[in-house]
Amino acid sequence: MAHTTEEVLAGLAELVTDETGIAADQVTVEKSFTEDLDIDSISMMTIVVNAEEKFDVKIPDDEVKNLTTVGEAVAFITKAQA
Amino acid sequence: MSPLRQSQGAAFTRILSLGAARGDTVVTNDDVAGPIDSSDEWIRQRTGIIERRRSSATEHAIDLAHTAANEAIQAAGIDPGAIDAVIVATISNTVQTPSLAALLADRLGTTPAAAYDISAACAGYTYGIAQADALIRSGAATYVVVVGAEKLSDIAEPTDRSISFLLGDGAGAAVVGPSDDVGIGPTVWGSDGSKWDAVGMNRPLREAFDDPQGGFPTLRQDGQAVFRWAVWEMAKVAKRALEVAGVLPSELTAFVPHQANMRIIDEFAKQLALPESVLIARDIATTGNTSAASIPLAMHRLLQEHPEASGGLALQIGFGAGLVFGAQVVRLP
Repeated sequence: MAHTTEEVLAGLAELVTDETGIAADQVTVEKSFTEDLDIDSISMMTIVVNAEEKFDVKIPDDEVKNLTTVGEAVAFITKAQA
Repeated sequence: MSPLRQSQGAAFTRILSLGAARGDTVVTNDDVAGPIDSSDEWIRQRTGIIERRRSSATEHAIDLAHTAANEAIQAAGIDPGAIDAVIVATISNTVQTPSLAALLADRLGTTPAAAYDISAACAGYTYGIAQADALIRSGAATYVVVVGAEKLSDIAEPTDRSISFLLGDGAGAAVVGPSDDVGIGPTVWGSDGSKWDAVGMNRPLREAFDDPQGGFPTLRQDGQAVFRWAVWEMAKVAKRALEVAGVLPSELTAFVPHQANMRIIDEFAKQLALPESVLIARDIATTGNTSAASIPLAMHRLLQEHPEASGGLALQIGFGAGLVFGAQVVRLP
């Protein structure tokens, strides 16, 4: 069953917390993964792979580069599962 | 007419001994941080590397290979003349031909042993072990020396942020020979050339010759793409290597993955859900990523630090430019 935007954001925040220890309430749509949350490329890829599994979507390598903010990632995942 | 004969070899093979050589110079993170505008802390956090070993200007891949192979042959207790084949996995040969292996065979005193190089980057050593096993069981050889030898500092661009600061120089060697029981499990190996661009040289040699302004070819990688493949795809390969060998993770004494990056090793171990009893090789912390040399170097160190592991089973897996991969369960010498 498809997740709502809010569910994807909450689920993604959980994955970010698991990987980096960043508090889930810090993971908001306007934040940049690298600039604001200081997530490095390796942690980012771990989050991406875990998100693929959690939401049953495919996030190609080329697409990862375009997902700079939490909001962009949430939008991509929400659309991809539809 | 006489019937054509076909060779037949030993029923089983194993790694009899190992040898190791690391670059003669310690290069710290501070030494490499400047040109990439980075720091010791940044490098440690992203790679787990504290320092790497590199060769000085007068030490070459052939020298490292010679030292490592000599140690392995002496430890095996066999005469160099008994070696039938010398296989060198390398991307550091200074010329496109002849092979580094032919020069090494001569230095080792194994002439006229068959000698050739393997171009399978960081998977090269596991390819070499697969070939040595096959050569011995087919009767084409009785003893084979397999060496991974690299002087990657020659093809590292100090200002490159994708891979250069990971790289080290070294050689690891194994003598493979006949055995009374199974010492090398089936190899799971393969390639995915659709990711040919993910890691490798930044330009062809001829282009560099025609346009020297662009610089000598050096290594580059798409770190994120390689990381994803190296952990999640290679975890499947590692599991298959265990399955085809009929070995459970709990029966392993050690896990010796290619020493690409500590973060890959950690995530890999997590994906495989290895029990805590399994020793995990982490030679990268002080050696760096030495491509084809990294598995035998890491195994050599693991056995030095844990001599009681000798005789146990180790899962080894190499993966890198090509993309190519190879994995097998082996009995530790």
